[in-house]
Amino acid sequence: MADHEAQPIDLDHLSRLARLSLSPLDRAALTQDLENIIGMIDAMQAIDTDGVEPMANPLDATQRLRSDQVTETVDPTVFQANAPETEGGYYLVPRVVE
Amino acid sequence: MTDKRFTTIYEIAEGLASSAFSSEEITQDYLDRIATDTSNAFITVTEDEALATARDQDRARAAGKSTWLGGVPMAHKDIFCTAGIRTTAASRMLENFIAPYDATVVSRIQAQGMVMLGKTNMDEFAMGSSNENSYFGAVDNPWGERLVPGGSSGGSAAVVAAGLAPAATGTDTGGSIRQPASLCGITGLKPTYGRVSRYGMIAFASSLDQAGPMTQDARDAAILLAAMAGFDERDSTSANRKDAWLGDALRGLIVHPQSLKIGLPREYFQLLKDTGTLFEALQHTLEQLGHTFIEIELPHTDAAIPAYYVIAGAEASTNLSRYDGVRFGHRCENPDSLEDLYQRSRTEGFGPEVKRRILTGTYALSIGYYDAYYVKAQQVRRLLAEDFARAFDQVDVILAPTTLGGAFAQDALTTDPLAMYSQDKFTVPVSLAGLPAISMPCGHHEGLPIGAQIIAPPFREDLVLGLADAYQTETDWHLQHPEQAI
Repeated sequence: MADHEAQPIDLDHLSRLARLSLSPLDRAALTQDLENIIGMIDAMQAIDTDGVEPMANPLDATQRLRSDQVTETVDPTVFQANAPETEGGYYLVPRVVE
Repeated sequence: MTDKRFTTIYEIAEGLASSAFSSEEITQDYLDRIATDTSNAFITVTEDEALATARDQDRARAAGKSTWLGGVPMAHKDIFCTAGIRTTAASRMLENFIAPYDATVVSRIQAQGMVMLGKTNMDEFAMGSSNENSYFGAVDNPWGERLVPGGSSGGSAAVVAAGLAPAATGTDTGGSIRQPASLCGITGLKPTYGRVSRYGMIAFASSLDQAGPMTQDARDAAILLAAMAGFDERDSTSANRKDAWLGDALRGLIVHPQSLKIGLPREYFQLLKDTGTLFEALQHTLEQLGHTFIEIELPHTDAAIPAYYVIAGAEASTNLSRYDGVRFGHRCENPDSLEDLYQRSRTEGFGPEVKRRILTGTYALSIGYYDAYYVKAQQVRRLLAEDFARAFDQVDVILAPTTLGGAFAQDALTTDPLAMYSQDKFTVPVSLAGLPAISMPCGHHEGLPIGAQIIAPPFREDLVLGLADAYQTETDWHLQHPEQAI
């Protein structure tokens, strides 16, 4: 992967994927910051990792499984107490389907 | 017990047992000091709940139904969910969030009868090394006005250093317990990944996040670790261990390891300038205790920060996608569409550093970049872990600096993310490898405390705690307190 070349940052695409809307002022500073950060990160491209197994868990532990049984129940009203807007047990959002 | 502001949790537990004072009295002492404090180290002070718990504990003790730690005060980082008391992660996003349940760390410490004084300030979502990324404002390091306490567990470190709480919990993803412990002159332990449950701890980077104790000395760190640790069904990466020493640690009993072979990583020490002599003195003290030193190599050290910012960013961008303005957390005014609701709620709710990390992670995970960044970083992570594993074939533990220097000035690094990121150069490799490490004060440079790390193989917290306790028996750096607190 040593032949990897840093690509220009498409902030429109990234902010759309991350669901962030950025002001023009934010954009200039963020583009510069991200270019610097990606540039710093690209230092790792020089390391030979051919044949190295990626490490997802630091102790190489695997996900513990449990039996598919109901173990606890929750009261939706308790959880919905934190919601910005609810009605009749539903979360309210702007109309999606006209 | 020379100064009651700096009474350890061990001393408080003994004092309560001998009826030297009541839990209500000592809890009130801490609350009085917190009330006049101006360091901004607490986000929420839980005065009423603390006094009610203290009285309950005093009654339980009078009835002979108390645990040894019953009635001992402490503080929680505001990243641990506390039922009925708001948990903000120092973010506008969670400014009004009240968790319906306790984190496992909180319920275990509560089960020991400890009294929560409040929730401490931190960098937003634990992203930062100076506590300046908090929606609730920066925290003053008690060692000097306008100095940072480090981060992200800056509030926890500051309250322990200032005598506003005898101990606190913290979390460490890339150094967030050890670096502030170093900068505030206290002892902080990042346990092995999986040792302490992550259930109810607001997620930043799930393959790295680990909770741990921030205390005045290694003995207290052992006690608080034992109170927090253990297998938890509710955390899918919780380790199921039966380490007998944890039972003794809960009462402050630690074995001092003998004749250890200690590694000094060349890649770390070659970067030290002015603080090198402090480590020579530390090495000398440990040699007099019968330990021997050899130089070791951790050749992939320079790749740790790059790999960390990919992995932590990727996991953060995934974890923080849950904040959508619908089910909990900040919601924008008058959204005109669902898309607008998502975008404006997130844009208003997250601060600049959180946005940088989310966007870095989004970049690393996006189509066409995944192999070059995310997979590559995970491969580098294995090489770093193998560096440590090879070192532990030769040595029992590793001694290293925690930070490049002492506490820095507020605003000094806020406009330069890369300079801020490099603060964690000595702590991030341990996090990527999932190892246990303690930071303990080992001297002063220009009047400010400097910390040393002891790093051990997985699940050998007993070695780092034992060696740190042996060192603290011989020295008094951990007993030095800032003038402002005196």
